[in-house]
Amino acid sequence: MASRSSSSGAGAVQPAGIRLHGTRRLGDRVFRGGVSAAAALVVILLAAIAVFLIGQGWPALRHYGVFSFLASDRWAPSDATAASTHPNPYGILQFIYGTALTSVIGMLIALPVAVAAGLFITQYAPAWLRRPLSYLVDLLAAVPSVVYGFWGIFALIPALHPVVNFLIPTLGGIPGIGVVFAGPFFGVSYFAAGVVLAIMVLPIVTAICREVFATAPADEKEAALALGMTRWEMIRLAVLRRSRSGIIGAAILGLGRAIGETIAVTMVIGNSVLSITKSIFGQGATLSSVIANEFTEAVEPYHFQSLFVVAAWLLVIAVVVNIAGRFVTRQTRGGLV
Amino acid sequence: MITVRPHAPTASHVPGLARRHATDRAMTVLLAVAVLVTIAVLAWVLVYVAAQGLKYLGPGFFTSTPPGNPATVGGGYANGIIGSLIIVGIATVISVPIGIAAAVAVTEYGGRLAAVTGFLTDVLVGVPTIVIGAFIWVIWVDRFGFSALAASAALAIVMLPLVIRASAEMLRLVPDVLREASAALGVTRARTIISVVLPTALSGLITGVMLAVARAMGETAPVLLTTLNDQFVQVNPAKPMTTLSLQIFTDAITGFRAAQARAWAGALTLIGIVLIFAIGARLVSRRASSIT
Repeated sequence: MASRSSSSGAGAVQPAGIRLHGTRRLGDRVFRGGVSAAAALVVILLAAIAVFLIGQGWPALRHYGVFSFLASDRWAPSDATAASTHPNPYGILQFIYGTALTSVIGMLIALPVAVAAGLFITQYAPAWLRRPLSYLVDLLAAVPSVVYGFWGIFALIPALHPVVNFLIPTLGGIPGIGVVFAGPFFGVSYFAAGVVLAIMVLPIVTAICREVFATAPADEKEAALALGMTRWEMIRLAVLRRSRSGIIGAAILGLGRAIGETIAVTMVIGNSVLSITKSIFGQGATLSSVIANEFTEAVEPYHFQSLFVVAAWLLVIAVVVNIAGRFVTRQTRGGLV
Repeated sequence: MITVRPHAPTASHVPGLARRHATDRAMTVLLAVAVLVTIAVLAWVLVYVAAQGLKYLGPGFFTSTPPGNPATVGGGYANGIIGSLIIVGIATVISVPIGIAAAVAVTEYGGRLAAVTGFLTDVLVGVPTIVIGAFIWVIWVDRFGFSALAASAALAIVMLPLVIRASAEMLRLVPDVLREASAALGVTRARTIISVVLPTALSGLITGVMLAVARAMGETAPVLLTTLNDQFVQVNPAKPMTTLSLQIFTDAITGFRAAQARAWAGALTLIGIVLIFAIGARLVSRRASSIT
């Protein structure tokens, strides 16, 4: 490029405009190269995150075997020695269980509320009230994670005590699944983490639901009403039916958000790492909470490297869930969010 | 119609109408309750934090540093507030130019790289922030030690996909006629983007950046893995520097009442800062929409 423009500049017959055109084309290329490099950085970053996490965890993966981490639910760094390779003292099944359980509790609470709130805001609220209501729900997302955790310990958990003390004798007696609702309840628990997560994902899921519901065509809604349907019947027929995949996508994206949440969960889950606690009112840990909790004090052999194995699995699970959510929502909404 | 008496049950004409109306009314109430519950939770969080925070918050909280012994009453979060502003400031300076440039590549140029970047931006949004902190630990902290710059790098990665996504959305709203008019005048692509497209989308870009800043201010997990809770005011970014969020986290879980009192005041301060950015973003975008 540079050589061509200098050679054309040597021919004195050429008008100045052409030469200018040449340098402008060069500027154009430089600009395009620059923005492309920025775009490529995203690709490089993601690849680098995966490579460096696995790289840091590699000594532990090689020492114990790649899948031995998934074969146990006992995380006992004090059992680890530099020599022994079996059994792996860094089992992570209980963290995967904790991440899945708290996220699912969160979504079970948040999804119905989010769908209802989204319907009310888009279909029932008068036009002047839609913006303020949307904005108030969005504000829930502005509260930082650490504040939710702090509030969870001192405000939410005391409020959960009477509810759980009612649920334990009521649901705990059911044969078969009673063990899931067994006591005792000390406050910090999977359940408390799930409720905090529900509040944290609520604004995200509501925002997506709102967008999905707003795309329902007005003529179908009017046709339904003209046939004498009540408002709720119209919503079921003209809004909810076509929004099904959008709602599923919103749920998956909310789940993806809940899986990665760290600080708030760490503060209210109890951080019990030794095994899977069956009861949702018991204490546990998640993939992210164990990293936050032990990162700065990992001194046992392979302890620190094993935390990176946990981080790598967390990355894999979060990315898979998020991609699934994007694909489902993209089908309905042309990939806006 | 004249023969119909005022109290005639209309339900008898349409079977099940009374039940359908009852269902309709019940659902209306149920959906309204969902919105009310959501807003009540928001109010509960904000009022509780405000009530706890105001017990301790005073002018001295912004000008003094915490006592050496966390059990001691008194002191403030001046170091954390300064640290948060510096660390997020550097993260903004790193992520905004790169983010807007990447958004330009995605929306203005297209092609395979743009498609891949657009998709991976969504993936990067979903990467847990603690994982990003762990990544920065490996490539930075492991070699150069804990520092404010490392925390800035981690927060820049948290902000980057948010900036790209918000900017790309705004650039797509710029009408194509502006680009065509510019091209018809013989203006190059790059000049068109710099002088026409970006200025037109400016207020939208600012909104996106402010929301990303609000998000970064509240982040704790990536900061926890990349910087240290220093007790003194530190302005050298090459040294460890605490943040407001990190101070709240550490003091909240100490068990000392005095430390928790400081943490509540800190939580109120943090919510205040985040809300200034979140509401400011809303005001910027509203002003823009009333102009165009």
